[in-house]
Amino acid sequence: MKISCKEAANICDKSQYKEAGFWDIVKLRVHILFCKVCKGYSKTNTELTSLCDRAGLTMLSEDDKKKMERDLKDKELQK
Amino acid sequence: MGKHKLQPDNWVSHYADYLFNYAVSRVSDAEIAKDLVQETFFAGLNSAKNYKGDAAERTWLISILKRKVVDHYRKINSKKGKAEVRMNYKSDPDSEGDWLEEQVADPFSKDGDYVLENEELGLAIQDCITKLPQKQALVFKLKTIQGMSTEDVCNELSINPSNLWVMIHRARVTLMGCLNDNWF
Repeated sequence: MKISCKEAANICDKSQYKEAGFWDIVKLRVHILFCKVCKGYSKTNTELTSLCDRAGLTMLSEDDKKKMERDLKDKELQK
Repeated sequence: MGKHKLQPDNWVSHYADYLFNYAVSRVSDAEIAKDLVQETFFAGLNSAKNYKGDAAERTWLISILKRKVVDHYRKINSKKGKAEVRMNYKSDPDSEGDWLEEQVADPFSKDGDYVLENEELGLAIQDCITKLPQKQALVFKLKTIQGMSTEDVCNELSINPSNLWVMIHRARVTLMGCLNDNWF
């Protein structure tokens, strides 16, 4: 049942992406009861996730970026 | 000459996502936003000789993008005089007169503030992401923004899962620190 802070951080990261198992989360909860550092980490980590969700971030796909890069190079050569 | 220099070779990898987010929040259409970012890069290349180096590269590119966004709206509005305001009134006789009430601003609505704040938040996060090492930033973006599964990310970047989680962890720690300084 006992886990190290490193493991706790790992579970916490995974749970931000809903990839932590049930028992792992139980272990993390127990660990957090006794460890202030991990409690703080867990809190800010969750906060970061909610900020990212709220911000509605988007990004270009790698293909789009490659195409952009190619077009930009072509344009540079034309100059 | 100022202390900043233009490096068009790095533009796409460094600023494309940041500019894209900025553009999407203003035109609300990914395809148009993509075109605007591309046009911004082209315009930047064409007027590179006018760059004095006083502003950072990204600030300069954003200022070009702002003009592109304005141009975009000018263009779509000039077509067929779309600038006219249209209101759809209901033809239902029961709701006669309701339209007046519907046009009044809701004093309790905070939507405007939320939209504005979230837009700024998005840019602040993007700003922090650009400060991460390239590979960490890529892993974080693929997982968090694109929501790809661990397996897919590992396959695409040929790394193993534990490697991925270490990078995610480092990225998240750096981002928390950065947002703590710049956002809260």
